Amino acid sequence: MRYLPKSTDERNEMLATMGVQSMDDLVAQLPNAARLKRPLDIAPGKSEFEIVDYFRARGNDCATGYASFLGAGVYNHYRPVMTDVIVSRSEFLTSYTPYQAEISQGTLTQIFEFQTMVCQLTGMEVANASMYDGSSAVPEAAMMAVRITGRSKTLVARSLHPEYREVLTTYARHQGMPVEEFGYQPETGRIDIDDLAARIDSDTAAVIVQSPNFFGCVERIQEVAELAHRKGALLVFAFTEAVSLGLLEPPSEADIVAGELQSFAISPSYGGPFAGIIATKEKFIRQIPGRLVGETRDANGNRAFCLTLSTREQHIRREKATSNICTNQALIALMATVYLSVFGKEGLRELAIQNLSKAHYLGDRLLPAFSAPYFNEFVATIPDPAEANRALLGRKIVGGLDLGRFYPELAGHMLLCATEMSKKTDMDTVIDVLGGKS
Amino acid sequence: MYPEKFRYTKEHEWVQVEGSTGTIGITHHAQSELGDIVYVDLPKIGAKYAQGATFGSVESVKAVSDIYAPVSGEVLEINDALATAPEKLNQEPHDAWLIKVKLESPGEIEQLLSAADYQTYIGA
Amino acid sequence: MIRKVSPHITQNEALLFEMSSPGKKGYQLPDLDVPEVDPGKALGKSAVRDEIEGFPEVSEVEVIRHFTRLSTWNYAIDLGMYPLGSCTMKYNPRINETVARTEGLAWAHPYQPEELSQGAMEVMAVLEAALAEITGMDAVTLQPAAGAHGEFTGILLIRAALEKTGKPRKKILCPDSAHGTNPATAQMVGYEVVNIKSNSLGMVDVATLAAAVDDDVAALMVTNPNTVGVFEQDIAQVAEILHAKGAMLYMDGANMNALVGISRPGDFGVDVMHLNLHKTFSTPHGGGGPGAGAVAMKKHLEPFAPFPRLARTPQDAWTWNYDRPDSIGRVRAFYGNFGVLVRALAYIMAHGGPGLRNATLDAILNANYIRKALEPYYELPYKSPCMHEVVFSDDRQAAKGIKTGDIAKRLIDYGFHPYTVSFPLIVHGALMIEPTETESKREIDLFIDAMKSIAQEVLDDPKMVLDAPHSTRCRRVDEVSAARRPVVRWKPPVQQSRAAD
Repeated sequence: MRYLPKSTDERNEMLATMGVQSMDDLVAQLPNAARLKRPLDIAPGKSEFEIVDYFRARGNDCATGYASFLGAGVYNHYRPVMTDVIVSRSEFLTSYTPYQAEISQGTLTQIFEFQTMVCQLTGMEVANASMYDGSSAVPEAAMMAVRITGRSKTLVARSLHPEYREVLTTYARHQGMPVEEFGYQPETGRIDIDDLAARIDSDTAAVIVQSPNFFGCVERIQEVAELAHRKGALLVFAFTEAVSLGLLEPPSEADIVAGELQSFAISPSYGGPFAGIIATKEKFIRQIPGRLVGETRDANGNRAFCLTLSTREQHIRREKATSNICTNQALIALMATVYLSVFGKEGLRELAIQNLSKAHYLGDRLLPAFSAPYFNEFVATIPDPAEANRALLGRKIVGGLDLGRFYPELAGHMLLCATEMSKKTDMDTVIDVLGGKS
Repeated sequence: MYPEKFRYTKEHEWVQVEGSTGTIGITHHAQSELGDIVYVDLPKIGAKYAQGATFGSVESVKAVSDIYAPVSGEVLEINDALATAPEKLNQEPHDAWLIKVKLESPGEIEQLLSAADYQTYIGA
Repeated sequence: MIRKVSPHITQNEALLFEMSSPGKKGYQLPDLDVPEVDPGKALGKSAVRDEIEGFPEVSEVEVIRHFTRLSTWNYAIDLGMYPLGSCTMKYNPRINETVARTEGLAWAHPYQPEELSQGAMEVMAVLEAALAEITGMDAVTLQPAAGAHGEFTGILLIRAALEKTGKPRKKILCPDSAHGTNPATAQMVGYEVVNIKSNSLGMVDVATLAAAVDDDVAALMVTNPNTVGVFEQDIAQVAEILHAKGAMLYMDGANMNALVGISRPGDFGVDVMHLNLHKTFSTPHGGGGPGAGAVAMKKHLEPFAPFPRLARTPQDAWTWNYDRPDSIGRVRAFYGNFGVLVRALAYIMAHGGPGLRNATLDAILNANYIRKALEPYYELPYKSPCMHEVVFSDDRQAAKGIKTGDIAKRLIDYGFHPYTVSFPLIVHGALMIEPTETESKREIDLFIDAMKSIAQEVLDDPKMVLDAPHSTRCRRVDEVSAARRPVVRWKPPVQQSRAAD
């Protein structure tokens, strides 16, 4: 087999030095009852050609050749060629977590750059080396707020991604962390700050707000931060569309930022792998979950980097750790780092303006249902979203998300997203099919 | 090495009693076992601990050790200097105190080890 | 003497921020085909940021050189043996990278219509079935993102099933040899952790366990083969003891690569387990992730599995079923680390059923060959035959003042990545060596030579070993200063910001 680099002679030679008769005798150490006495019911090994062919066929069973206006937490952005060139380097692809600093400076240096860029984008002072994704970063941020404040309750905006809220519920259930939702204003699509004010109390550890929120609306973060801080709670700022950070004011008033970087050169890949982040203020550094890289010196006095503050983590603190997270999304975070290097300061802004412009071209002609400013997603009133989407599919277009699926009160509404990848001709088709004004 | 005026625990804390105040630290032996100390987690002023309860922790790069209260009491003062200079615990463990407490039951001190007993205990 | 290493050029490299200059670009966007919108007008002036202070401004050429230079500072499996015990650093077939980038799969949006997602769903269904067959379990969820996330899912399943009977119980038992994730996970699911002492063979002690299991114990979390590389000989009895008291057996599948094709946890009493697809099924570790943490479970736990679940429609197509009233909920958004799942399935297809068994046997062969060769030089704390990894201790070398961490650093000079240092905790000064099946005899012999040579160096020149590594561009790193005064992001030099004022 091509992945097993030994000849039969070599195996026999090795067995002989150990005084073992045959390969099969290697399983003698298993209790008889625990031995599998038949071959696995899995087809024999396939050639490279057959494997490529199989997955190509599966790919063809999916939506190839369609334009898409889906966003809702997963965005269709261009991936510069450079990202795959870099992440395909063996030294990044096939290395482990950089515990041995002397032979891991490549990964460590890059993570340090990643942490720095996340801080620059979010207005925070400390960022970790990545979480699984945005949806698991949010509950980890809530747990962090509970540890910091010594309080238990989490208030979460109903306009946070619905699946993120579901994940938060799962995480919180057995940790003595009650989770309560607060609403959004039906006219603006922004959070209902009065509802939040009515619910926040002296046991509230965290207020979680997403911006742009699930409806694409940009929230007024300063206002929420003031309210949360007045009540001694922390503000957790969540985001799913990272490109928005290139244009929008950073959430510096927040205490913790938890978000998803999929927009930064990470293909939608049917929902993963993505990369989440948690960033916070320096004073909370000991409560951040996940790996952190720090700057230091080597024995020759040269700048070097290493994993640091590991005592927060499970492999040392075990049941008292800040989280059970071990594996993270390092290679995906590398994709994001390369992407941000390629676009840089001006590019990210220009890209964000293109997203804004495209979405507004579409939004101006379809009449958003909410009045708050939006970035690259908006909610349109469409009497029968399912029917409309069927019609679009006929024109080789995947339409928007039928919001009735997550918000019964928003049946008859569709969440549409346009990015730099959306072509005017396709948008015109959408406008035409959805009965917008051209 | 181990001052006579201190009393010691088997968990390697020392306490010095002056009036109704107990000053608490970790021993030379403790710091040498831990290696380079990089962080000290101390309680808030006003917190109360029973004898034997965990009131904080000290960390090296790859280990965390809880610190146990040698005596019951209320925290009066914490040694803020350790936040920015945890290495003091390595350099002068018997000067770099962690917390001062108001003793709740001064009699507890009698249960602790003398300097001589502690040195026998650690085999020094 | 250092047979594997010759000096090679590694270049110094600044951070991206330090090589930036205003106006340098690595991108070009297409011309807008719609009117450009003024951000201040669309979003409100106060909502728009001025600039991203300090953000990189570099050219495409600098980007590729920067990351390529950085890459040369890393060790990697593709450079040589990476015998990190428990981490399973085996060859990552490149075909898997190619198929994961298949257009229809890589660009599938999780909310695109099911009729346009059938290929992706089929891949997941086929993988679920293969993993169920490999583990001997009844059902599999692919939602968890990594091993620890899978543990979290598995313990939630146990808790949900117990709650359904009216009593969630209070405690989870973990052997003292367990991975740190096990106790950390139990805590996240609201359980108290009780550590169980291993016996003199490094295994779960049946008598100790029997005494510890009562009506408050929800489960035992056991790694099998355990972290000293030994198959738990009494595992069936362990399962019986737990089941008799209404408790369950959770298996940490971190070492499942030692069992594929030769033994199935479902057949020896395990109720639920996770698999680290990035270990056993060889998806790349990528410097720390991504992974995937599939959870395999027995029938009685399936109703509690995370939603949505794959199901067949009356028209014989795949669909996502969200109608799961007993489900523990979601553990992450969408369906799992799909791109990692594609790679794992490609790996399983390449080996096939018989091939997977051969891979397991080669892994066991390699570990035992190393064990035999190094036993005269390093202390072997547990004498039981090992499976896929072998754990020595630094007892003999520590007597000369050289600890496992020092031997590990010296191994770097011989062209190898160190083994796992100081784990499991039950072995003082552990050297945990896992060669995996994808090392040739030649590479393993080189490794053995290196380890023997270091054992001799410890006797002849301990100071030299203490100062290792000598051949790397970066010498031993000051982790103490890094932790005392953490610097976790780059800041512009002070004089520069003054000039900007």
